[in-house]
Amino acid sequence: MSEKELGQKWDRCLADGVIKLGTGLGLGIVFSVVFFKRRTWPITLGSGMGLGMAYANCQTDLRLHYLVPKKQWLIHSNHI
Amino acid sequence: MHKAILVFLVVFFYSGGAAKVVTAGLMTVTGGIAGTILYAKWDHKFRETVEKNVPYSDRLLGLALGPAPQETGLSVKKQIELAQPPSMMEKAMKVSKAKQEKKVKETTESPIEVAKPVQPAQSLEEASTEVTHIISAISDVPSVPAPCDTEMTPVKEECKECHNHKVTAETAAVSTEIESVAAAEPLKERPVEEVTARLAQQDLDEQEIVASVSGNLDDSLASSAKATLQAIGAQEAALQAIALHTQKLKEAMEAEVPPQEKSTQWKDLEACLANRAAAVNDAGTALLKANEALDNLKSVIDKSKGRNVPAVRPLVLAAEENLHKMVVDLDKVVNKVKSAESEAKVVSQYSELVNEAKLQFQREVSSLTPEIQANWKGLTGKLSTDDLNALIAHAHRRIDQLNRELAEQRVREQIHIDAALEQQKLEYLKSQEAAVNTSLQHIKEDARLEQERKLSELREVMEAEMRTQLRRQAAAHTDHVQDVLKVQEQELKAEAEQVLSSKLLEQETRQRQLSQEQLDNFTLDMNTAYARLKGVEEAIDSHVVAEEEARKAHQLWLSVEALNYTLKTAEAGSPTKPLEVAAQAVRDSCHDNEFALALASALPEESLQRGVYSEASLRARFYGLRSLVRRVALIDESHNSLYQYFLSYLQSALLFEAKQEAPPTQLSGEDLDPFKLLSYASYCLEHGDLELAAKLVNQLTGEARRVAEDWLNEARLTLETRQVVSLLSAYANAVGLGTTQAP
Repeated sequence: MSEKELGQKWDRCLADGVIKLGTGLGLGIVFSVVFFKRRTWPITLGSGMGLGMAYANCQTDLRLHYLVPKKQWLIHSNHI
Repeated sequence: MHKAILVFLVVFFYSGGAAKVVTAGLMTVTGGIAGTILYAKWDHKFRETVEKNVPYSDRLLGLALGPAPQETGLSVKKQIELAQPPSMMEKAMKVSKAKQEKKVKETTESPIEVAKPVQPAQSLEEASTEVTHIISAISDVPSVPAPCDTEMTPVKEECKECHNHKVTAETAAVSTEIESVAAAEPLKERPVEEVTARLAQQDLDEQEIVASVSGNLDDSLASSAKATLQAIGAQEAALQAIALHTQKLKEAMEAEVPPQEKSTQWKDLEACLANRAAAVNDAGTALLKANEALDNLKSVIDKSKGRNVPAVRPLVLAAEENLHKMVVDLDKVVNKVKSAESEAKVVSQYSELVNEAKLQFQREVSSLTPEIQANWKGLTGKLSTDDLNALIAHAHRRIDQLNRELAEQRVREQIHIDAALEQQKLEYLKSQEAAVNTSLQHIKEDARLEQERKLSELREVMEAEMRTQLRRQAAAHTDHVQDVLKVQEQELKAEAEQVLSSKLLEQETRQRQLSQEQLDNFTLDMNTAYARLKGVEEAIDSHVVAEEEARKAHQLWLSVEALNYTLKTAEAGSPTKPLEVAAQAVRDSCHDNEFALALASALPEESLQRGVYSEASLRARFYGLRSLVRRVALIDESHNSLYQYFLSYLQSALLFEAKQEAPPTQLSGEDLDPFKLLSYASYCLEHGDLELAAKLVNQLTGEARRVAEDWLNEARLTLETRQVVSLLSAYANAVGLGTTQAP
């Protein structure tokens, strides 16, 4: 169903965002603890990067139909 | 113009900087425009290009310079047009003239170029001649009248010829008529036998007449001849008698004979005289008789002339000639007799004179010698000397007297001779006249007879010639009649044959027609019977077929109904049962019907395999779809970032549209807004119009479209299936209706 697709995308976005945010946060914390003397900027950087990547991925995912020729989309959709 | 320039200059010099710029700009612009106008006036091509390229320049240039210069082309065209109508007019005129000509031809013949009796034609004529002049002056336009004229003249000549032909035909007709009339007339002549009979009768009559006339003539001729001969004989006898008498008289007068002989002489003389008188009388009577007879003959001749019969003529002529001859002879003899008589008269006169002298002398002697007797010759011895002397003296005196008388007589002789000559002349004249008259008459008579003879000869010759000519003509006539008869015979034969053949043909055709009709009727009946039989057979077959069809239609209908029913088996959220079975049933029930087969195969695969959703489920689905579509209303190819998504979500939260709105009959631009479309579509769905709802949803674009794609497909499927099924059912119904037979 094509109307479910959007919802699925959003789910993916969200999941991906959570993952990326968590990962970024974690890595930020690690880096800030390990390399940058418990400064906050690596955490925010990491979370920001994670969030940013999640945003970018979400956007790409949402745009995918308009960016990619149909054949690749089909392949992609098959993948998914 | 100058004032404007002055104003500009003033403004230019007495104004500020900006105004200066503005004025300079205005000046350049106006200068450019003026320059283009002037150049356009001078160069027409430039003007045209300007007008073509710059939109409203043609108006401006028209205002400034006047209309575009195209007069040359127009003038030529106008001339040509002017030239054309006269030629056309002329053609029309010639046509009208031709018509008039035809009319005129019927009445009289008149040459074309000369003015006609009809007046409008005259004016047209003049106009056309003028126009021909004009046109001939214009070299490029070919002169039209020439062919018309040539057409006219041969027409006229033809007309003349035809008129002549007509005339000759008429004359020929007339002559043929005449000839036919003339040919008809001989037919009116009496038949040949009658003619010959008449001719024979005529001949007989003529012969009779001729015989009678000739008889008459002969009789009269004979009588007259006799009479004339008698007369002539008598006349000759008279003549002889007269001659004898005169001779005797002369002798008696002159001869000195003794007295005895004298008395015998005188007796003879008397006898002769008596003879002569008798002879003369006889001659006179004979002459009378002869004259009578001749008159009779003449009357007979006249009568016979009056008969007017040609055969009689020569007889008449001969009779006339005889008559003439007799008359001539008679006259001659009469003349002889007359001359003899005159001579005799002379002699008698002489004798009388002598006698008278003698008597006188005797009287004188007796007076002198009264005693002497008459017969003095016997007195020679008786006379005395005195008597003798007295006698001698008397004799001397007498001699003197006689001499004197003689001299006197000699003197008077001339006069007497003249008088006598005169008398003689007169008498001669008279006799001459008489002789001339008689000879003239004779000659006239001769001439007349000659003429008559010649006339009769000529007449005979003419008659002969005429006969030959008539014979020739008759021969020619018979030839001609033969020819004509032959020709007529042939013509009549041909006519009769033609009539016969036509009648035969007619009969034949009629016969054929009748037989054909009979045949046709028979075939028609046969055909009708056959057709009826065929019809009956066909009806039966068609009944069978129809029943079969009806059965099939029923089956089809049932299967279609089954299909329809399966459509209704859709539950709330799930699709119907697959339509494959029902569709198969339908296909089976219509495997010979292409239309139904096509329709059955037109069912979409999805519906067959999977089934279709019901309208209700689609409707329910639509509402879910609607909110989603509202949320992604702003997203399309260009606007598809997350921010846009956010905005779109915001819009859907903030924007309120009517839940349901009746869609207009025509969508305008603003109706293509997704919200509006959704409200229209929900309205349609609420009212059961899935098709329109699908159409409206189809108008969505971008992400909204992509989201609604599945629903749209499902809707399409459903619609398709439903359409096919409805078609099938309609078709089945129609077939069913068609196969139902009226009671």
